[in-house]
Amino acid sequence: MFTFILRRAALIVPTFIGVTLLAFALIHLIPGDPVENLSGERGMDPARRARLLHEFGLDRPLPVQYADYVGQVLRGDLGTSLTTHEPVLREFLTLFPATVELAFFAMLFAVVVGLPAGIIAALKRNTVADYAVMGVSLTGYSMPIFWWALLLILFFSVQLGWTPVSGRIAVEFDVPASTGFMLIDALRAGDAGAFRSAVSHLLLPTLVLGTIPLAVIARMTRSSMLEVLREDYVRTARAKGLPRWQVVLVHALRNALIPVITVIGLQVGLLLSGAILTETIFSWPGVGNWLVHGVQSRDYPVVQGGILLIATIVISVNLFVDLLYGVINPRIRHA
Amino acid sequence: MSEVTISAADIPVAGPGTLREFWLTYTQSRGAVIGLALIVVLIVLAIGANVIAPYSPNEQFRDFTLAPPAWHDGGSVRFLLGTDPVGRDILSRLIHGARLSLLIGLISVAISLSLGVVLGLVAGYFRGLVETTIMRLMDVMLALPSLLLAIAVVAILGPGLINAMYAIAIVLLPHYVRLTRAAVIAEAAKEYVASSRIAGAGPLRLMFSTILPNCAAPLIVQATLGFSNAILDAAALGFLGLGAQPPTPEWGSMLADALEFIQRASWVVTFPGLAILVTVLAFNLMGDGLRDALDPKLKR
Repeated sequence: MFTFILRRAALIVPTFIGVTLLAFALIHLIPGDPVENLSGERGMDPARRARLLHEFGLDRPLPVQYADYVGQVLRGDLGTSLTTHEPVLREFLTLFPATVELAFFAMLFAVVVGLPAGIIAALKRNTVADYAVMGVSLTGYSMPIFWWALLLILFFSVQLGWTPVSGRIAVEFDVPASTGFMLIDALRAGDAGAFRSAVSHLLLPTLVLGTIPLAVIARMTRSSMLEVLREDYVRTARAKGLPRWQVVLVHALRNALIPVITVIGLQVGLLLSGAILTETIFSWPGVGNWLVHGVQSRDYPVVQGGILLIATIVISVNLFVDLLYGVINPRIRHA
Repeated sequence: MSEVTISAADIPVAGPGTLREFWLTYTQSRGAVIGLALIVVLIVLAIGANVIAPYSPNEQFRDFTLAPPAWHDGGSVRFLLGTDPVGRDILSRLIHGARLSLLIGLISVAISLSLGVVLGLVAGYFRGLVETTIMRLMDVMLALPSLLLAIAVVAILGPGLINAMYAIAIVLLPHYVRLTRAAVIAEAAKEYVASSRIAGAGPLRLMFSTILPNCAAPLIVQATLGFSNAILDAAALGFLGLGAQPPTPEWGSMLADALEFIQRASWVVTFPGLAILVTVLAFNLMGDGLRDALDPKLKR
């Protein structure tokens, strides 16, 4: 087991080096340099420009800049944002809980709805229920979520006036940010109104971000369930006269879940892609929104740091899922 | 020596050919047929856009801004799906948009597939350091969420339709590389490859004409699904203002343009989104159908 973990963990080192190279190269391929962008329309006199380039370290050879960059990254220094002059890492950490909160509830929604839907579809194969679940999940899978978000806003916010359109909480509530997770902070502040407001702000973004993972999970659960239900041990369990629910939930589901767990783990990248769109539409103050702004304002350190941090998170989660899979399934471990 | 005559009756009657067999399996799935039909309609619309669309996509009817669709109060059959904020016919824009979306899919998948197949073949055939280098690079690309990678590429190249296609091609690349490599490794161990090698086939011939055709099935399926990803990502980029720029009638950027009118005129938002959904759905249905028809493991 230990060697399996080591072997798997060693694989991410080159990937990580690759990501730092990519993040580094990306920024240097972008047309225009940050000093030029700072100066705006009016331009800047060459002496000041040279001084600023030197200040940012942009006048040194690229390999030196890269080595320097990796050194800084390893010390946890990702530079400072050119627009807000805040350390990138601190900005990321302030905004990240908002994205995690959104992603967590989106995933929760996707699993809570997707798993049972997939199980029902498998059990009622080729019935109306199966076709309905598969039809809905194929539609969800094909959904342009930015449009889906607009439709939901149009219906729930504009027509019915049930949910707010943007942000994490209504402006009248001033919840002290202790954890960064709005629901927890509101609860800790003991403010029921703030909590309700936070929940209502969370509903639509959760629905939007959860749609594609929901579809993927429902499809995966169905096919994996169908496969397991054909197995001999399931037939044996039935033949023994066990109640149907017990066969389904204990014998079949436990084994059907293995590929589903992998798929859930692999949704993290997808979830972060979706978060970029969802956060932009709902003005959700998370890292997706922050990155899009970073790209638009050519905030080099923000884009560089953001890409690096998000990639690191995705790599770590994938590693964790791989290890978990090895724990669940010994055949992988000894392969 | 007796002369052997071969009459027509001696030739074994051709059983259902592979193509015919494939078609029979494919048409067994209703979804796959619907998907194919939708795609045919889209292709016809795209090719004949100039003839089929009632107006030019950029023609502005100043007196008819935000005209509602025909079935709404105040709507007219002149503008079946209504007009946008500057008075352009939405139906005409959507039809011309179909051309763009299919083109985006075609070009980005073509670039990605050809590059991916070559890299995958090389990695799977030569193994060793070449393989490690290629596959680690693909791992790095896969570590980035697809839209983030696309945004990053667009940030380098600058926003625009063509650059969005390149960005999407890059995003799709790792999937084709991994798929080809895995298929090549599986195929290369088989005897027909060994016998071909013994017969004197060089690496290029082995890679492209012996092994590749036998890896085609998963690649065809992935390419179809790549179309839907490409169309969806291009629309997302257009929506974020990083893809096609106005006045291009690209569906995603049409949505973005109409955003501020969403409360007054919901149709400016509804139809472009619906067009994206239906197109992506069609390719996904076809991809699923192709997988079922091409994957021998699932065949009855």
